[in-house]
Amino acid sequence: MGLVAIIGCVKNKALPIPQGVMDGLPIGLGYFAVSFAFGLFAVEGGLSPLTTTLVSLTNLTSAGQFAGVQLIFLHQPLFEIALTTLLINLRYMLMSLSLSQKIAPGTGLIQRLAISYGITDEVYAVAISQPRNLTTRYMLSLMTLPILGWIGGTLSGALTGGILPGSLRSALGISLYAMFVAIIMPTFKKSRPVALVITIAIVLSTLIAQLPVFEMLRGGWQIILATLIASALGAWLAPVQHSEPPQSESNQGGGTDV
Amino acid sequence: MSDGYLLAAIATMAAVTYIPRALPLILVRGKIESHFVRSFLYYVPYAVLASMTVPAIFGATDSPWSAGAGFLIAIVLGLRGKSLLTVAIGATAAVWLVEQALRVLLVFI
Repeated sequence: MGLVAIIGCVKNKALPIPQGVMDGLPIGLGYFAVSFAFGLFAVEGGLSPLTTTLVSLTNLTSAGQFAGVQLIFLHQPLFEIALTTLLINLRYMLMSLSLSQKIAPGTGLIQRLAISYGITDEVYAVAISQPRNLTTRYMLSLMTLPILGWIGGTLSGALTGGILPGSLRSALGISLYAMFVAIIMPTFKKSRPVALVITIAIVLSTLIAQLPVFEMLRGGWQIILATLIASALGAWLAPVQHSEPPQSESNQGGGTDV
Repeated sequence: MSDGYLLAAIATMAAVTYIPRALPLILVRGKIESHFVRSFLYYVPYAVLASMTVPAIFGATDSPWSAGAGFLIAIVLGLRGKSLLTVAIGATAAVWLVEQALRVLLVFI
């Protein structure tokens, strides 16, 4: 398999590929599959392949794009599109705020503007679990394959239609969620407060998703409220002593287990 | 739909996606001193990833059963500290296998 060969080369330092690019590889692969589905979806709804790719290039987000394009199909007013996508994307403010504490000191405005473009759920997850401060070089390397995967997958899905077998597409649908699980589980095992926060977040998000009372909160609010309440409870019940950034024990993108 | 509406809609979506990403990173320089806020921010990644995963993961594949199997494999591999790629491949394989098994079962029922 080509992938194994590439990882082998990097492990032997035969190729000077930045660590960030390697860390971004699983994200890029997952994004290809998800954005492939987005490409199919948007073209079936009447957008041209070029327009569909433009959406992925300028938005670089999953839930917001799916929701926004659905509203476009329904010819909804711009205000409504703005409000809905803003709500879905508000969680990025929490992620960006959390990253602001980990960005290397001295990172300039232009660099911060560039990094901001690529803050996705998965890029954030990998970045925040790094043991060191985040340099612009690391962040841009980390984003490279996810961005290419997202745009390439969209274009492929828009152009080729249903070439990817349905069973494979369905199976790949879980890959990004599996990465989230991989990031939080090692700390879940080690830290009781983190286990508590994770449990509260899951219970809240499931309640909001399932109970009819919370129907109006679904979509954007679900994740934001669950995160705000669970993290605030965690900070109140178990203030962090050293305030070290969370670190995942897993060997991200190193490929030693492949 | 008109090209003007389409481009305006895409630009609107892009703006409300980029601004939440950029604002805190531009405005918040240096370390936040508040002990509560720092503790809060320590927990945010876990809370946000957990609430994005559950319950959405059960709708990520063709059947909640295959998604459940993938979720279980991801938890087991994650607890063992496996790499992101390994966990992603393991969960994807579990989903695929369960869906093939379900397909065979349906033929016999």
